[in-house]
Amino acid sequence: MIRNFKKAYLLLSPSLFWLTLFLVIPVVFIAIISFTTNGDFGAIIYEFSTKAYTSAFSSLYAKVIWQSVWWALLATVVCLLVAYPFAYFIANAGKWKNILLLLVMVPFWTNLLIRLYAWIILLNNQGVVNNFLMDLGFIEEPLQLMYSPGGVILGLVYGFLPFMILPIYSSIEQLDKTYLDAAEDLGAGPVRTFINVTLPLTLPGILAGFIITFVPAISVFVVTDLFTGGKLLMVGNVIRDAFLVEMNWQLGAALSLLLMILVLLSLMIFMRFTSRKDRKLLV
Amino acid sequence: MMRPRTKKILFSFSLLVFLFFYIPILFVIIFSFNDSKLGTVWTGFTLDWYGSIFQNKQLISATMNSIYLAVITTIISTILGTLAALALHRYTFIGKKSVEFLFYIPVVIPDIVVAVALLAIYGLLNMSLGLNTAVPGHVAITISYVMLVVLARLSSFDNSLEETAKDLGANEWKTFWKVTFPLIFPGIMAGALLAFTISLDEFVISFFTLGPGDNTLPVLVYSMVRLGVSPEVNVLSTIIIAIMFIVVFVVGLRMRKGGDAK
Repeated sequence: MIRNFKKAYLLLSPSLFWLTLFLVIPVVFIAIISFTTNGDFGAIIYEFSTKAYTSAFSSLYAKVIWQSVWWALLATVVCLLVAYPFAYFIANAGKWKNILLLLVMVPFWTNLLIRLYAWIILLNNQGVVNNFLMDLGFIEEPLQLMYSPGGVILGLVYGFLPFMILPIYSSIEQLDKTYLDAAEDLGAGPVRTFINVTLPLTLPGILAGFIITFVPAISVFVVTDLFTGGKLLMVGNVIRDAFLVEMNWQLGAALSLLLMILVLLSLMIFMRFTSRKDRKLLV
Repeated sequence: MMRPRTKKILFSFSLLVFLFFYIPILFVIIFSFNDSKLGTVWTGFTLDWYGSIFQNKQLISATMNSIYLAVITTIISTILGTLAALALHRYTFIGKKSVEFLFYIPVVIPDIVVAVALLAIYGLLNMSLGLNTAVPGHVAITISYVMLVVLARLSSFDNSLEETAKDLGANEWKTFWKVTFPLIFPGIMAGALLAFTISLDEFVISFFTLGPGDNTLPVLVYSMVRLGVSPEVNVLSTIIIAIMFIVVFVVGLRMRKGGDAK
């Protein structure tokens, strides 16, 4: 590689310009807004205030924040538990591997809204499941399948499971099989080989999957929106309403900044503990 | 290496996961042929909804808007991302680590943060929102993907080819167009395709930064889905799922054969 400061930045300048102008500056501006004062009709008064943060952690919104963290975390863990054996199976499926992987790519690329809609057909009060159960006489009244934390977690898992599968799949596929043979030759049983060899070697995939599943899961607003009609809230709903309905940009900005900090921290941790090769797992 | 019993359990488990993925989708497809206007009771087979959806003006204009946005986004982010990949592949320079970090931010940043941040800036500048105000956000979140895909392609090819071209007297410009560009072209195309798909699929940034009258397809789907189950959404979803299926299998199989990632 050549040391050439000028040429490097000449090639980089258009994208750095774009990212600075439309990503860095707006996010910095959000950070500033979060410390301003909310005036009448949502006017931004440039006087220092931490009110947005105190109200974000007041009982009303703190509940939503913890609820979001908890649901997103739960959904991510479920995704991990489902994705690992699933990815392991695909990675070892021989000639079927590519076809099976493409079958995962279809839901991965199909719009989240459409995939959530598919569950609404199944689960709403006049939905397929409720109709079926009522026809069989198991229930009298439709079950509230979507309008519950369980429904929200189902939506999150369904929405973001492919995000967990793909990086784990890549890390299992890249696994050097000779390590497994060596472990076996040295007398380790399958369980021990898995815990001491396979799991540590695929940890970068798990980490990458965890980040790219947890981040959209905690910030999404359409799952709660479509499944519960806004009765159950996550951080994303509060941010959206703060900007579009309540005109309380300070609160929305503060919550956005908290999300941003969470994301930057997890990215830094990821980049600290993985090699350059592993970073491809994020994309 | 795997014990037969382990394999059997894994197989059954994976089958269940596939069912989990596809059963809801299957019901959307089935109900798109349902005669009933209301809800989810099967009353008979019909293709009527497919006929009426192609006359839906809102839908046509939203589709055109989506394609317009995706094309503009793809052009800009493919050029910018490719240039950035060339810089990161070829040169070492002060601040390289920070630049790399910056490029990973759009990959992991929650789309809602990008969306409200842009909305806030537009508000500050008193800009009126329209179709084009969604372009900056779409490009900002796709540049990195193009960069990373092209970079992967660059790092898999032989640097000595470029050096040979230079040794044989080609200048930098000529070397790029005659040697480097043809070699990384598949990577650029893969990056462009990725950018196009992400832009087409993007909902949150469009939702916040489009003008009130400008819908994209995902934004229109959102407003339709909010109102509940309807034959139009069933049909629209079925068409989109069918297109996804075709694209994924055609592109996927071709790329696997060509030995490319993604």
